[in-house]
Amino acid sequence: MSRNISRSRNRAFVIAGLGVALMVALLLSPLASSDPDGLNRVSEDLNFTDREVENPPAQQLPFANVFDGYALKGVPAGVATPLAGLVGTLVAFGLAWGFGKLVVRGSGSSDRD
Amino acid sequence: MTTVTFSTILSSSLLQWSTQSHLALHIPDGFLSLPVSLSCWVISIGLIALSLNRVQSDYQERAVPLMGVCAAFIFAAQMINFPIPGGTSGHLVGGTLAGALLGPWAGSLVVAVVFIVQAVLFQDGGITVLGANIFNMGLIGTFGGYYLYKAIRFALGRDTWRGMLAGTAVAAWVSVVVSAVVVAVQLALSGTVPLGVALAAMIFWHILIGIGEALITVVAVSFVWRTRPDLFFDPPRKVMTAAYRVR
Repeated sequence: MSRNISRSRNRAFVIAGLGVALMVALLLSPLASSDPDGLNRVSEDLNFTDREVENPPAQQLPFANVFDGYALKGVPAGVATPLAGLVGTLVAFGLAWGFGKLVVRGSGSSDRD
Repeated sequence: MTTVTFSTILSSSLLQWSTQSHLALHIPDGFLSLPVSLSCWVISIGLIALSLNRVQSDYQERAVPLMGVCAAFIFAAQMINFPIPGGTSGHLVGGTLAGALLGPWAGSLVVAVVFIVQAVLFQDGGITVLGANIFNMGLIGTFGGYYLYKAIRFALGRDTWRGMLAGTAVAAWVSVVVSAVVVAVQLALSGTVPLGVALAAMIFWHILIGIGEALITVVAVSFVWRTRPDLFFDPPRKVMTAAYRVR
């Protein structure tokens, strides 16, 4: 009985936490400052931005056809970043969950619903 | 004529670069030399392997969904650059947050996942320097930040919000400034920029960015403290043990 209560409380926390993350990615990402940030600013001030390689390996990956940085390609500019944020947040959520599931001992055998 | 065109192209592409890029402490490919990036890979892989072991032995299945939530929140929060005075911005890196919530072991796996997603899917942070980025923005926080937070919290009162507040705020700020120092050293060792100027510039901005890191970390931690204090790796003693930690 108390195990069921604690399970539903855990589920509520996970849903609330993921919900907050998705809201942040969808609603706040357009408000993010576009000023150069920490290292970016330093590399401009100290003139070493040109050290960045022109065609980094990530650009050769198929994902580069889908995302241009944090912007989904092929959709209106206003929703490109929120949608990229939505996808990225869900992928981070799923990967960390899956990774944890693989690693944590006894996953899948005990504590089942 | 040609010079005019060239400089126009250069300035417009620089402008584009600076408005599109989301670096913060994310190092792009090309800033670090091969020996420096390789050393960082070795350190990061070693610490992640250690974390895998400890997660296997110390955590229960209930930790798994929390790892997902923590990764999702840190990924989303990292997208939100906040402005700081002087025309610069910063964003959460989240290592201390992950460490305080899930402990250094699961916390390290979570931040590694976040930086892998950023580099592979969104071209944010170079792939050849991913080991450095995981170490600088993740592991410094999940290990250094965690142990500093724990020392401060336990000294001021493990079960008090005051101890939690001071521990997470100070550790979050310190971890960002330490990360900035480490990045400056890596850049200098790589021959990208002299150590003195790199240190001065990196520390100057990250003293301010660290304040944002501390504020966001405190807000997230206070939400968990009020709703589910048992979900901390080191919960207050009145709730006994962490909900997911093997005793």
